[in-house]
Amino acid sequence: MSTREHTHPTDTARPREYLTFRLGEEEYGIDILKVQEIRGYEQPTRIANAPAFVKGVVNLRGVIVPIVDLRLKFGLGSAEYNDFTVVIILNLGSRVVGIVVDSVSDVMELSSSQIRDTPDIDSAVDAGFITGLGTLNDRMLILIAIEKLMGASEMALADSVA
Amino acid sequence: MSDTQMGQGGGGAFDLSQFHEVFFEEAGDNLASMEQLLLAADAATADDESLNAIFRCAHSIKGGAATFGFQDVADLTHVMETLLDKLRRHELSITSGMIDTLLESGDVLRQLLALRQNGSGQTLDCSELVTRIRALAEGEAAAAPVIAPIAPAVPEPAVRVPAEPELAHGERRLDLTIGPLEHPAFADHLAELFAEIPGLGTLSATDGGQVDATQVRRFRVITSASDSDLLDLFSFHVSRDKVAIVDISSAATSVMPVSAAVPVALDAKSDDFGFFDDEPETHAQPGAAQVVIESAAPAVTASPSVSIDAAMAVAPVTPTAALAKAPAVPAGAANLETSTIRVPIEKVDQLINLVGELVITQAMLAQTGRELDSVINQRMSTGLTDLERNTRLLQEAVMAIRMIPMSAVFNRFPRMLRDLSAKLGKKLELHTIGEDTELDKGLIEKITDPLTHLVRNAADHGIELPAERLAAGKPEMGSVTLAAAHQGGSIVIEVRDDGRGLNRGKLLKKAAERGLPVSDSMTDQEVYGLIFEPGFSTAIEVTDVSGRGVGMDVVKRNITSLGGTVEIDSTEGQGMRVSVRLPLTLAIMDGMSVGVAEETYIVPLASVVESIHLSASDVKSVGGTGRVVEVRNEYLPLMQLDELFDVPRAIESSGGIMIVVEAEGGRVALLVDELIGQHQVVVKNLEANYRKVPGVSGATILGDGRVALILDVSWLVRRARH
Repeated sequence: MSTREHTHPTDTARPREYLTFRLGEEEYGIDILKVQEIRGYEQPTRIANAPAFVKGVVNLRGVIVPIVDLRLKFGLGSAEYNDFTVVIILNLGSRVVGIVVDSVSDVMELSSSQIRDTPDIDSAVDAGFITGLGTLNDRMLILIAIEKLMGASEMALADSVA
Repeated sequence: MSDTQMGQGGGGAFDLSQFHEVFFEEAGDNLASMEQLLLAADAATADDESLNAIFRCAHSIKGGAATFGFQDVADLTHVMETLLDKLRRHELSITSGMIDTLLESGDVLRQLLALRQNGSGQTLDCSELVTRIRALAEGEAAAAPVIAPIAPAVPEPAVRVPAEPELAHGERRLDLTIGPLEHPAFADHLAELFAEIPGLGTLSATDGGQVDATQVRRFRVITSASDSDLLDLFSFHVSRDKVAIVDISSAATSVMPVSAAVPVALDAKSDDFGFFDDEPETHAQPGAAQVVIESAAPAVTASPSVSIDAAMAVAPVTPTAALAKAPAVPAGAANLETSTIRVPIEKVDQLINLVGELVITQAMLAQTGRELDSVINQRMSTGLTDLERNTRLLQEAVMAIRMIPMSAVFNRFPRMLRDLSAKLGKKLELHTIGEDTELDKGLIEKITDPLTHLVRNAADHGIELPAERLAAGKPEMGSVTLAAAHQGGSIVIEVRDDGRGLNRGKLLKKAAERGLPVSDSMTDQEVYGLIFEPGFSTAIEVTDVSGRGVGMDVVKRNITSLGGTVEIDSTEGQGMRVSVRLPLTLAIMDGMSVGVAEETYIVPLASVVESIHLSASDVKSVGGTGRVVEVRNEYLPLMQLDELFDVPRAIESSGGIMIVVEAEGGRVALLVDELIGQHQVVVKNLEANYRKVPGVSGATILGDGRVALILDVSWLVRRARH
């Protein structure tokens, strides 16, 4: 059991894989293990009185899945929807959520030595949701704790638990 | 309690036996989780949560066992519960000795349940164990680990297993199956044949004179006559095609003897604390008997049969044989086990989702097919028509798998109330309303335990003793009512009683004693809600029926975990009502789809009263913004769906359709653009991946694959009132 990955957060020797995507000019990375699939954007069913970044719900093979536009949430890029707009379907344990991004770039392997701490900055993305900044050649990846972000109360994706 | 009663499996006016399997499954699950929790519960680290969980496992088993009259199981769990209760209240601290004893009790329970499941009407003497648990609960030093094994209380005549009679030369032993029969008594004529014709041989029933669901009777025949002779004889009474004869003369010797079967079973259950170590040698006669559980299992449950046949005689040896499920059934003998299968819900859900996809694909194909020339592509269009029909039938059939009428739960209660009324010295009658309300199987299973607790509480705490009732000017007979109905996209199940109701002052006082934060300014609803706090009980004495305050805590927890709510209403002296409201996680509903600008919504058809074409002059305004419309001499509030749901609209609509809907005793008129159609929709909940949305009770998937939201009519009506 002790050899299983993720049981020891200190086990940083093992490089981890990240799915990278673009929001406007910025490049973000999320843990590939949280990604269920990548789909083209289809018009969701709007939900009244939901925050603007919650685009609505879609039918994913019989499952009702909410779609969040991260570009709107973070105010990055222009929220246009065309044939190239991509939805990343995340599987976060008990929940399935889709996020709209500008484009998906590639899957990259980063070892702990390539990950730097986030400096204190004022940004639309709460620093608590950024696990670090990945560097690869001259690219910088903003690594997001996507499960934590999607579960945050400001996302309003779940009923607040009493 | 030390003298263990021998309850009869499925007696009583109501046939509870149909629920036995469910109970055994549930009890098995509970035992398994109890064992896991116990194993995890280290003396030092046991936290309240796991102690409570262990306690609840025992409590659930006790509740079910009492319902079905499994006295031995209920007795043992009752003492376990007493011990566990003290542990979770920190009156005692848990020791490894206790864990050992509790684990051991779990094993004994499993055996008791196996005996019950096998229907042998037998039990084990667990008085020694009970005494030990009591001692632990009294706080005595943990008894030394058990060495003395508990002797199985095997009834007298079964100490030696009667062997199958030896076959004389030329004789054959046959398994005879007759049926299906319109009337099982026809088969009894065959027995008379054997009695009347000398030298024919012997015939004995192996089914205890009972008929199973397939209307088939089973006999064991020893004869020297040939099959065709027998068939000729039998045809006087039953037609040939209903007779099946299987020769088991040679099989008899090769069937696994009891002595061989038992050790295997023991090995399989290695952590047995040595209870039955001595058993195989003392009770089994090597090679003498067959294990004929095949016919013993289902038939014997109903009646202690008079005919001592092979199957019955072997059954008493089955504390362990029950675990070694019918090791060798003679070839050709029909399997009587069950006519149902238990399938994990996920598999059914997967089926439902796949069928949903199929429906969408089919709709798409049908659309494409219509564009083709039907003369040239005749075969294609015939195929598409067939596909459409079959898909629809398949969808209906798959959906129906999950839906069960509420009577499946309600039917459990008459017997329980009858027993309770005897135990409590109260007069009780049960009324049920809406048994036909269909509910998803997953929900039915999960709502059963909470409802059992609620009914129990109503009978125990709510209803007064006959004398008290008469003094209060009420009829002597107390009534408990169970009602189920679909309401605004939810299912509401109510448990009502006309008993003493809740006493606000008493609840507050009790809560204060328990150190709960309370004040006199709390609303009645909040005060009543206190009874859902763990460990809160207003009963003065702890009875076998209820009163540890565990029931309501479990009720609340279970219902909340289903995404439902519980509400209590009470009038002191008049009774109380507990309403359980559950969302439809999966149910089929008749819906009317309506269009609002570019969007589609579903209105539950059950709440639609009528739909009327609306002209602008019908709408009157009240106080500037409030709008009403006159419908059949009644002014109804008019709600514009596009406003309410902020529907983007390119062009202003003129007029529209008004749908009058009704819920919770109120009516409102909804203004929509168009009626699209009526269809059955599969209700999916939004909360699974998203959250609750005001005004929306769920979602469904339309024929084109898009999602449509289902309106929560109750919410609309409530909103109109404000």
